[in-house]
Amino acid sequence: MDIHEYQAKELLSGFGVAVPKGGVVYTPDQAVYRAEEIGGGRWVVKAQIHSGARGKAGGIKLCTTAEEVRAAATELLGKKLVTHQTGPAGKIVHRLYVESAVPIRRELYIGLVLDRRSERVCVVAAPEGGMEIEEIAAASPDTMLKVMIEPAVGMQPFQAREIAFGLKLNPAEINQAVKAILGAYRAFRDLDATMVEINPLAITESGQVLALDAKMQFDDNAMFRNPGVAELRDYAEEDPRDAEAAKHGLNYIALEGAIGCIVNGAGLAMATMDMITHAGGEPANFLDIGGGASPERVAAAFRLVLSDPRVRCVLVNIFAGINRCDWVAEGIIQAAKDVNVPVPIVARLAGTNVEQGRQILRDSGLSIISADTLADAAEKAVAALNAPVARTIREKVS
Amino acid sequence: MSILIDEKTRILFQGFTGDKSTFHAKEAIEYGTKIVGGVTPGKGGGKHLGLPVFDTMKEAVAETGATASGIFVPAPFCADAIMEAADAGIQLIVCITDGIPAQDMMRVKRYMLRYSRERKPTLIGPNCAGVISPGKAMIGIMPGSIYTQGRVGIVSRSGTLGYEAAAQMQALGIGVSTSVGIGGDPINGSSFVDMLQRFEADDETDAVMMIGEIGGPQEAEASLWARDNMSKPIVGYVAGLSAPRGRRMGHAGAIISAFGDSALEKAEIMRNSGLTVASSPAELGSAMKQALSKPARRVVLA
Repeated sequence: MDIHEYQAKELLSGFGVAVPKGGVVYTPDQAVYRAEEIGGGRWVVKAQIHSGARGKAGGIKLCTTAEEVRAAATELLGKKLVTHQTGPAGKIVHRLYVESAVPIRRELYIGLVLDRRSERVCVVAAPEGGMEIEEIAAASPDTMLKVMIEPAVGMQPFQAREIAFGLKLNPAEINQAVKAILGAYRAFRDLDATMVEINPLAITESGQVLALDAKMQFDDNAMFRNPGVAELRDYAEEDPRDAEAAKHGLNYIALEGAIGCIVNGAGLAMATMDMITHAGGEPANFLDIGGGASPERVAAAFRLVLSDPRVRCVLVNIFAGINRCDWVAEGIIQAAKDVNVPVPIVARLAGTNVEQGRQILRDSGLSIISADTLADAAEKAVAALNAPVARTIREKVS
Repeated sequence: MSILIDEKTRILFQGFTGDKSTFHAKEAIEYGTKIVGGVTPGKGGGKHLGLPVFDTMKEAVAETGATASGIFVPAPFCADAIMEAADAGIQLIVCITDGIPAQDMMRVKRYMLRYSRERKPTLIGPNCAGVISPGKAMIGIMPGSIYTQGRVGIVSRSGTLGYEAAAQMQALGIGVSTSVGIGGDPINGSSFVDMLQRFEADDETDAVMMIGEIGGPQEAEASLWARDNMSKPIVGYVAGLSAPRGRRMGHAGAIISAFGDSALEKAEIMRNSGLTVASSPAELGSAMKQALSKPARRVVLA
């Protein structure tokens, strides 16, 4: 799960990471009020969307008067920002962050990630902030510092000092940087983050070490023990279908094609997509109904897949282990009854209780195209796409 | 032989009395698996499926002499259950549950370092289908009927795609020595390399089917390891050719976020390392049939 910059700063400051004075606003009036409250004569008005590179997209404005703050807020609110992370569709700005603009002497990069190779938290630092880490890694890999954290004891102060000295900070800045790095680590550990990035960690003209921008990502599997983080979820930033899917315990990702997929197991779902591509079609989505899918969940999956107007055929591919084919078959029937399914359904069932599942489908009176194998299912789905008659789900006439 | 489990392995289920655990324990017992009891804290002293229930793993191991366990407890309690099993002396821990926080797994892996090489338990999973040695025993959620006993090992991150491979091989008359689901999480107990090592050493395994997916360095590491250490042929597949970058495809670990994470790149590394890569997920069985018909790839000198 992603959160906004202002939320990340709020969380990090709770762990001792110093940040500039600022506040979130939703209207131009609030922006002006907040700027006056912060005081000083320079502010940045920053669009809050779940994406980096907001500056390049015109989402960050430097202002020196209240009127400029008002104008910046008026312009940004409701504006669509397109960055390389949002994709061409872009994201609409609903919230702004008004922050005191401080004169900067140096910018550093600090990032914490879960390193899959070592299975540890890895702290990465670089003496040139502001750029993305991929750019730093490409441009000057030798300047990057890396520290692995031993999970049993957590990050030790000496490790943060090694980074701070490695970044060639002044003696007066060392302790502040150590505090920021250790704070970021503790936030990572205590809140089950999967990524914390302070970019840049700035050294101001007056020698303060401040997090100018911050980004945090969290482990969805750990939300049960981090309710304070879970409530920061901003549904406006997500595809509404993702939220609908999550409500039913489904894993859904919209893609571009015309063949809707309902599959159990992430690997089989990906393989089904691969197979559709191989057979000359294009998948409309990734959808994993998960283990122990009830008929209700399968019906919800149908509704979700059919909410995409591009879908012209639905391929159900279930290899039941923890699932049971009879449940899935009942789900298909329930969906066909509850939801108007205006497109052909190709169903391939295999595994636990497969005979009962197939029998339920046969007895249902619904005309469902049955497939025996993965290849057979993909080919039939592609063929159904090209067939002239799309309405195959109706009462059997015989 | 087979790897990890056989008909003599004495197995406990953790979270024994839950619905799913009960369903799969029954299936396993019918399959001939030697399940000797289970643990559900607070229900010790009772019976479930005619087998004894214990409050703690230590007690269960002392009473039953079990050496393996299957974990079906809810995700928030899994790390604890794994460490309890390890502490009780269990040698093979198979964790089926998905949704375990990554930091819990980090702690579990760190905890395992306390054991000497001889004493260190093998952890399979989490978020996996489990282990089956066809005709002998199973700990997991796979449908036993799709596996024929035979001489090909399967190791797969995805459970269901592992089933797909087994079923395709069965249709072609190819049997399986042991099938292992290593799970779809970013941090898992055993890696592809761990399992390839065991299959290489198993004299009843002639070839290995290795099924990966997008995300993480494991497939590449295993390919390079196999290139240098493996004499038996491997058929590989990497799911997610059409997966978009930066999106988590169901499994917590299935995300293209770094160089080398994509299916195309991994398949390329497999090919370059001498593995046979199936051209589609429908050709897992036929690719294996072909691989088995060729003479052994080469002999690796120790």
